[in-house]
Amino acid sequence: MLQVTHLTIQFDHAPILSRFNLSLAPGEFKVLVGPSGCGKSSFLDGLTGVTTPREGEIRWQGESLPHLGGKAAYMQQKDLLLPWADLLDNALLPARAAGRSIKAAREEARSYFQRLGLAGYEHHLPRQVSGGMRQRCALARTLMFDRELILLDEPLSALDAITRRSLQSLLLLLQTEFKKTLLMITHDIEEALILADEVCLLSSRPMEIRETFVLDSPKPRDFTDPKLMEIKAHVLDQLQREAGHV
Amino acid sequence: MSEGRIRTRLDARSTLWAAALVLGILGTWEGACRLGNIPIFILPPPSAIAHTAVVKAGLLLPHAAVTFGEICLGIVLALATAIPLALVMFAKPTVEKALAPFLVASQAVPVFALAPLLVVWLGYGIASKVFMAWVIIFFPITISLLEGFKSCDPEYRVMFRLMEADFFTCLRLLYWPWALPRFFAGLKVGVTVATIGAVIGEWVGAQKGLGFLMIQSNARLQTDIVFAAILYLTAMGLGLWILVGHLEHRWVTRKR
Repeated sequence: MLQVTHLTIQFDHAPILSRFNLSLAPGEFKVLVGPSGCGKSSFLDGLTGVTTPREGEIRWQGESLPHLGGKAAYMQQKDLLLPWADLLDNALLPARAAGRSIKAAREEARSYFQRLGLAGYEHHLPRQVSGGMRQRCALARTLMFDRELILLDEPLSALDAITRRSLQSLLLLLQTEFKKTLLMITHDIEEALILADEVCLLSSRPMEIRETFVLDSPKPRDFTDPKLMEIKAHVLDQLQREAGHV
Repeated sequence: MSEGRIRTRLDARSTLWAAALVLGILGTWEGACRLGNIPIFILPPPSAIAHTAVVKAGLLLPHAAVTFGEICLGIVLALATAIPLALVMFAKPTVEKALAPFLVASQAVPVFALAPLLVVWLGYGIASKVFMAWVIIFFPITISLLEGFKSCDPEYRVMFRLMEADFFTCLRLLYWPWALPRFFAGLKVGVTVATIGAVIGEWVGAQKGLGFLMIQSNARLQTDIVFAAILYLTAMGLGLWILVGHLEHRWVTRKR
């Protein structure tokens, strides 16, 4: 359903991506893990149309597109909530932008709030709630985009370990309950192994997929699984090698 | 709650200090006038000014109404032109590039020096004064609003682009509320300097207004009326400033 072929992105004549290929099946949760500065974010910038790729093709459901604006929802490390709007209004932004009926959208948003543990916080301002709550609201807003594909750019990196755990299970809901297709980038291998159907290990620039790990054990996963531990050790080793610390 | 109480106490204390300072200055002034036997046409004491401001209200108020009208018209006109211009400059960077040098250069022109010309062009009526006030307020509002729009975090813009929001939707939901704090900062500067514009305009040539009254009274050594007029002008400027501050609190501060 998403097919990226030969995507090349340059910055000051230095290739960040060189003929990068990636494909995503419907309903799949794919996670890209790479060393910091490897070009993960530039890749997402290329997908979302922030930067224009030099060459390559982005195909979405068989249709070739310049970028995924209008096709994908996007969630980032920063919650990007509007500070002057309450949580419900923040979640309603995509509906307002699309000119949808606000009455129906409000019902939908309220149901997401219920599901994501935000009920009762509809009329709080972002600054009045914790970082975890804000990120839940960002998640509700992401759902309100009403798109099949969701791009996640280190969505939980700014959170503490405990909050992170509970948000990880909510990210899984996107796949299991809301039937979304997910592409996440992260530098947290543990998070990748807990959430993904497939983990791609990236090289440093120019970014390439070094190795792919297909994980078919049921989710949510217990991280003490020796197979996962083994992959984690291997990936960490590779990441260190990429960063040049060995 | 305790934080609120501390803030209230601090507020009360700082208000007290401000009041003490004002009283101290007025007291010194009053004392110096009385003890130094300064003639009233050189420097009237505060009590005499207050007396004149009340007793001569019948004379002062009609002039004050004219000046206030000029200021308000100037502000309305400035808002009506600055907001669209800032919008166009923000939406079309080429327009901004073309206009920015002119806007900056216009600020280097000593506007007050234009006042006599304005009277020649626009006459002794309120038009030349409204224009003067408009010229002065226009710039801070345009620039502060434009800077406000431009200060919008690009990551939010990306998010709105993914929502496929058009420019006016972005403007309504993102840029405008984002720019509001800076807009109000500019407007606060604007409304206080607007008074200057109107009064200068009246000094140069007018038949009504506090500026006109000041020039007349000054020539007759009615210094107390000059001071009373200044008092009225100060009250107007302060009133407008408080009004804008109130709107700012209602639309900006309370929500963030």
